[in-house]
Amino acid sequence: MTTSISKVKEIGERARPDKPLIVAGVEYRSRLLVGTGKYKDLDETRRAVEASGAQIVTVAIRRTNIGQSPGEPNLLDILPPDQYTILPNTAGCYTVDDAVRTCRLARELLNGHDLVKLEVLGDEKTLFPDIPQTLEAAEILIKDGFKVMVYTNDDPIVARRFEEMGCVAVMPLAAPIGSGLGIRNPYNIRFIVEAATVPILVDAGVGTASDAAIAMELGCDGVLMNTAIAKANNPIRMAAAMKKAVEAGREAYLAGRMARKQYGSPSSPVGGTFF
Amino acid sequence: MLHPQVPGIMNILLNGQQKSFDAPISVAQLLQEMGLAERRVAVEVNHEIVPRSRHGDYQIQDNDRIEVVVAIGGG
Repeated sequence: MTTSISKVKEIGERARPDKPLIVAGVEYRSRLLVGTGKYKDLDETRRAVEASGAQIVTVAIRRTNIGQSPGEPNLLDILPPDQYTILPNTAGCYTVDDAVRTCRLARELLNGHDLVKLEVLGDEKTLFPDIPQTLEAAEILIKDGFKVMVYTNDDPIVARRFEEMGCVAVMPLAAPIGSGLGIRNPYNIRFIVEAATVPILVDAGVGTASDAAIAMELGCDGVLMNTAIAKANNPIRMAAAMKKAVEAGREAYLAGRMARKQYGSPSSPVGGTFF
Repeated sequence: MLHPQVPGIMNILLNGQQKSFDAPISVAQLLQEMGLAERRVAVEVNHEIVPRSRHGDYQIQDNDRIEVVVAIGGG
């Protein structure tokens, strides 16, 4: 599978037909996926998710608090699985075994729901993915019947490997998780998008609305984010901004941007002047 | 698995904490004791999932390592 330079050059210069976002056979209207971590409380979580328009929301799987009060609200009470696609993630896993166990517990928790976000981290400081372990975990999970959306770095060759082995979506990072640094290597994201036949979603590193728009202008099928919304001064408003940014970026991608020029080009006719 | 149960005290590791229970005790009874009977949880005993349909008949053994998990906010 090779991608010629001339094909890559065409990006951003030609209008394209729209294609729906389909993940594991399910079509989604919203191309913004949101995490549910780092919010002040469950009410803020719910309001931010609603404002984002997201249909897919990620959750973490953790031990119950022993002796938890029975009336304490539960995340799945405010985000009912019949209204949202719940995407359990393996956040915080540093080994194949931990990631696989987490996915199996999540499937049991969600009555057999088998769509998961796989991430196997390799380093506590950067939170960059451990690719050899992620490949190994993905293989085990796919064999076990899971539909795997995989968090990876922005390496086009690795992205292709994940697609070939049967991951239902490949999700390269824009920048380290929670860093808000934006898309640090747009060229690689573009290569990944160009070569892929499964949805490509930028996952992690988005800081503000323009970052999300850039991801979509590059041709990504969607964007997954958590901290950019949850840690904004006003998370509800940022969720609404992200919704618009993802839609605007998608429209711009479909429209096909103008060619860049080195010098100015007048917008008004140069003929017919009376001065 | 249905194992014959000997009455007595059982020590288990529950979510990483040492706990003692009177034997026999099933997974369902354990969840009841924890106040989690009506909650959406998933249970793993010694790294193996115990499906919800088997919580009633799955008897916990001495020294079992048990994890009870829920979905919480996360990216």
